[in-house]
Formats: sequence, C-alpha cells, structure tokens
Amino acid sequence: MLKRIFTLIYKELLAVMKDPKSRISILLPPILQLLVFTPAATLDVKNVPIAILNRDNGGAAFELVERFQGSKFFSHIVHLQAVEEIAPFIDNQKGVMVVSIDEQFSRNLEQNMPATVQLLLDGRKSNTAQIVSGYTASIIQRFNDDFAARNEIHQQNATLVPRFWYNPNALYPWYNIPCLVGVLTMLTCLVVTTQSIARERELGTFDQLLVSPLVTLEILIGKTVPGILIGMLSGSFLMVLGRLIFHVPFTGSLLLFFLSQLIFVSSISGVGLFISSLCSTQQQAMLGTFIFLLPSVLLSGFATPIENMPVWLQPITYIIPLRYMLINSKGLFLKAMPWDIVLSNIWPMALISFLTLFIAGFFFRRRFQ
Amino acid sequence: MTKLPLLRFKSLLIKECYQIIRDPSTLLISVFLPLLLLFLYGYGVSLDLDHLRIGLVMEDTAPDAQSLVKSFTDSPYFDVKIVHDRRSLTREIEKGNIRGFVVIPSYFSDFRHRKSQIAPIQAIADGSETNTANFFQNYVQGAFANWLNQEKISSDLTGLPRVKIAQRVWYNEELESRYFLLSGSLGIIMTLIGTLLVALVVSREWERGTMEALISTPVTPFELIMGKVVPYFFLGLLSMAICVATSVFIFGLPFRGSLFLLTLISSAFLFSALGLGLLISTLSKNQTLSYQIAVVTGFLPAFVLSGFIFEIFSMPKPIQIVSHIIPAKYFVQCLQTLFLVGNVWSLLLYNIIPMLLIGLFFFLIVGHKTVKRLD
Repeated sequence: MLKRIFTLIYKELLAVMKDPKSRISILLPPILQLLVFTPAATLDVKNVPIAILNRDNGGAAFELVERFQGSKFFSHIVHLQAVEEIAPFIDNQKGVMVVSIDEQFSRNLEQNMPATVQLLLDGRKSNTAQIVSGYTASIIQRFNDDFAARNEIHQQNATLVPRFWYNPNALYPWYNIPCLVGVLTMLTCLVVTTQSIARERELGTFDQLLVSPLVTLEILIGKTVPGILIGMLSGSFLMVLGRLIFHVPFTGSLLLFFLSQLIFVSSISGVGLFISSLCSTQQQAMLGTFIFLLPSVLLSGFATPIENMPVWLQPITYIIPLRYMLINSKGLFLKAMPWDIVLSNIWPMALISFLTLFIAGFFFRRRFQ
Repeated sequence: MTKLPLLRFKSLLIKECYQIIRDPSTLLISVFLPLLLLFLYGYGVSLDLDHLRIGLVMEDTAPDAQSLVKSFTDSPYFDVKIVHDRRSLTREIEKGNIRGFVVIPSYFSDFRHRKSQIAPIQAIADGSETNTANFFQNYVQGAFANWLNQEKISSDLTGLPRVKIAQRVWYNEELESRYFLLSGSLGIIMTLIGTLLVALVVSREWERGTMEALISTPVTPFELIMGKVVPYFFLGLLSMAICVATSVFIFGLPFRGSLFLLTLISSAFLFSALGLGLLISTLSKNQTLSYQIAVVTGFLPAFVLSGFIFEIFSMPKPIQIVSHIIPAKYFVQCLQTLFLVGNVWSLLLYNIIPMLLIGLFFFLIVGHKTVKRLD
C-alpha cells in the first residue's frame, strides 16, 4: 500500500514539476512577488508632491513655508501664484494637497490673533490625504510650540511618548514579509491542488486512476502530499529570502513556525482538493480558486484589522485558514510568541484540513454532470 | 467576394458565444466574481479604522488622570479596556487581541503640578501591524491633543495654539476610503475578465487541439484574433455595467462624470487587457501556465502597482518606473476621477493614450506570433 501511494505521489510531482515551463511558473512567481510587493505594498506616504500658495509677504508666513521645505515628509513642493491654479493642480492629480496661506496670516500673528492655514486635499486618495494632513498638523504644531516659546506663553507640562513594540521603527517590510510568506504559500499550494483533479478530469485520466487498485484514501493522500511538499518548500524559501534580503528578524521558535506552516499548508491542500473535486474543467477550478482566494486575502486581517469589519461579517473569518496563519507568522517572526498561543491558532487549521479532506474524498467519485 | 469573410467571421463569433454560454463558469467569472469582489470591498475592506481595541493602564487615579482617561473612552475610534496593572496587557498584545495600550504612570498628576517636571504618558503600539500601529499612534495623539486643549480652556486661554488649520477635502468630504476602493476595484475586475479569462480560454483551445482544427480552415489570423476579442470585449463591458450599477445604487458611490466617457475609457482599458490576455495564451498554450502568468503579470500588478491602494510616489524608484507600463494604473486614475470628480478632460486624455499604446503593442506582437502553423 505504501509503495502504491509513493508511486502516485511521484506521478503527481512529475505532472507538476516535469515540464521546465510549469516548474518555473510554480516556483518563480512567489519569489518575484515577494521581492516586488514587500517594498511596494506600503501605506507609508513619502515623496508625495504638494503645493503651497503663499499670498502673504510677512516673515511668519515665510518661516512657515521654510518649515515645509525643510520637512523630510515633503520633497516635492510646487509654489502656486494664484488661487486659480489650485483646482487644476488637484484635479489633474499633480499632488494630493495644497496649503494656502492668506494675506492676513503674518499680521494676525503679530497682533496676537489666531491665524489660519487652509489645507485643500484630494478626496480621491482619502487615505494618503489623511496621512499628509497629519504630517502638516505636526509641522504646524512645532511652529506653534516655537512661537509660544519665543513669546513666553505658558506651556502645558504633559507629553506623549509614542513607542512601537516588536518593530521599533514601524517598518512596513517587517509587517509585509510575515504576511506575504503566508499569502504566497497559500497561492502556490492552491494552484497545485485545485488544478490537480480538474485537469485529470478534463483530460480524462482521472477515470483511469479510479479504476486502478488505489482506494480513495490512497488517492487522497497521493493528491495531498505534493501540494504540501511544494507549499512547504516555497514557504520556507520565502521565509529565508525575507530574512536575508529584507533583514526581518525572526524571534520565535523555528520548530513552531514549521509546524504551523505544515498544518496551514495541509488545510490549504484540503480546501484546494475540495474545490478541485467539485470541478470538471480547469476553468471551473480557477473560478473556485478565486472564490476562495479573494475573501481569504481580503478578510484574513492582512488588508485591514478584523475588528474593523461589520459585526455580521466577522464570523466568516473563522473559517479562513490564512487568518490563523497570519497571527502565528507575525507572532513568531516579531513577537517571540509563546507556544500555547501558537497552538491555539493551529488547531482550527487542523480542523479545517481534516473536514475539507474528508469532504473532498467523498466527492472524488461523484461528478456534477 | 466581400461577403465570404464576413460570413466566416460571423460563424466564428457564434461559435465563441456558444462556448461562453455552455460553460457556466465563464458567466460566473464575469458576473459573480466581480460582484463578490465589490461586496468584499464595499463591506469588508475599509482603510478608515475605528473601534480599535486598545488597553489603558491607569496607574494614577487622580482627577487629572481621570479626565485624560475620559478623553480616550469618549473617542469613537477606540474600544478601551481599562486595567490597573500593565502586566495583564502584555499577553493580550502578544495574542493580537489589542492593537496597543496607553500607560498613565502613577506619578502623572504629581509631575503635572511641578514646575520642574513634565508628566509623560506612554503610548505603546503593536508594531507587527505597521499600518494599524500608525493609526493607533495618530488617534492617541489626537485624543491627547484634545485633552490638552480642554485643560487649557478650563485654566487660561493664552496657551491656545496660534495657527489653526482649516481643512477642506475636495470630492470626498467624509474621507470615505470605500469610495476610492470601490471605484479602483473596477479596474481589477476588468483585468480579471480581459486578461485572466481570455488567456485561459485561448490556451484551452491550444491544449485541447481545437485550435488546430480552426487553423486548417480558410480563416485568416486577423479573423481568428478578432473572433476571440469581440465577444470578450462585450462581455467585459457588460460586467462593467453591472458593477457600476451595483456600486452606484447599492453602495452609494457617487458618479459625477459622463457615462459616454466611462464607456470610452473602459474600452481603451479592455483593449490593452485583452491584448495582454491574448499574448499570454499565444506564448504559453497551456492553461495552468497561462493562468499563472496572467495572475502575475495582470491581476497582481493591478492590485499592488496601480496606485489603487498603495501610493505610487512612496514606492522605490525602479518599481515606480515599472508602474508606467501597467495599464491598470491609468485606468484606476480615470475611474477615481470619473466617479468622484467629473470630466477632467486633460487628465482623462493624458491617461487614455498610454492604455491605447500598450494595447496596440500587445496586439502587434500577437498578430506577429499568430502565424498559422503547428509547432
């Protein structure tokens, strides 16, 4: 029986890895994606062009403009000459914000009256706009503080000390790498497993497999193991790349990491085979992949925190294996997560794996046509 | 003489339409998947974070600290859990149950009333979620600044900030991230149909050998290509129409441009997306491979490099250069403008030309490669 299973695993691996083109198409894309997306997928905002319209000739306004120019947040500043230039600047997306200083600005400050700076932001990029407006607020805060200090106005003696645990400089790659290792491993494993039965059905070779002496359990194992092997291989490689190229620390236990990954990959193989067992063409399998993939990535907590989603949508995230893997991956990379928390995220994945494989085995011999 | 090619072309079209209707997965891919994606973006993904779960360590219980705590519990952005010992929160943050916590030290109010000291409060964010951590820090800053202002007003007015900010957000007053996410996601949906579906369909013909049957007929390469492009072009437009209607009527996305321009721009984008799809299938002739290449060159760049979520200006220079050859980048910019701003002619024209050029480039290669020969 073992020999039969080994032969089947060998055959499955050959089907995926024999052709150099398909070998490359399975192993190369995750690496490319990791290299491109890690630096690109950043919600950091830097180097965004802005414009300043200064209609005041006074010293205070000049000082404020200087502060914008000296700020590390804004490297491209366009100087506008007239109010009419504001709308074209924003409409054509030459920049995301216009800072407008009116004629009264310096005079108001000299006369100890409040002065106003107007910010016009592009709502098409509301996220960037909010961050840029935050930067501006901090520049103006400093301006106010210095102004108050010079004029000896009483200061509040309380201060806020911000700290980032686990990622002291709030670097995006430190977040992206642990997440992408999970997401890309899932992608690779899904492609291998969802296509496996569907392709054989489309080509008609699955019937041959069914009439062979192999029992359902053996076919199931033979179809699952290659997906797990390729997923583990790709995941480990991505993890090493993340360490070597992006210098993301790994603080937790490697053993626990590989254990989580193994269970994660088997749950994805389970889902993949389940999808595949329902399909009779590769195109249907692709549809199935996307129906699983899109909610998985978008609702796993990778894009936005789960508690931010509507309450009725949150329970759906419990059946997404990636949700648990992301917590473990981030925890083991950055937080040196203790074993009991890691295990509490492993068992749901194991459950999903068991259930989906069971159902896939059930649907093997059946067709929906 | 001229009637014959038209007849041939017509029968090719009919054959293609039958294929679309016969495999229900094609219709599902062009109608159900887009709606699923819109649904996920409309409800699931939002970049406006509220209800952040945070902890608050109250080591000091004096009135000063009490009023500071109140400014956190009153904030709509936080779900605050108050404790008196910070050790109980370390495990919560390890688990990822809270996004960060604020510590008001025992000496807080004592320090505040001494001239020589500055009273600190500490805001600790879970840096393993970089974006959420930044939001946490900004919101804490905001709540803290509010509290300071309140305190100033109740003590004396001289310390109030001199320069105030008057902020106006154009085209999206409430700063709803959903608006730009929805309009941008239409670009991804079109890529799904134009590139992914077409790449799959054409390579299926090669894989099954039916392409060879077509080649043996008097059909010219041009007719062959057009026979594939035209039905999927209209399928794409149909799906676009369904998605636009859903976004506007169900998700309340404003539409301020003209429908004619939207159709024009979608056509230009579909032209380039179909070109890429055809190119992939002509090069690979194998469904699994085509699917992989289409995801990597079409779908994922449309997600990450189109400026739809991630700001292109903030990316490293080489990646910024790559983004110029991604048609989705131009399409997303047009979509966001048409939905939220209106007909900004200069911007739209500036974006439509690169899409057409990229599409033309793809089609030229496809035409060159589709020589009627078996290899």
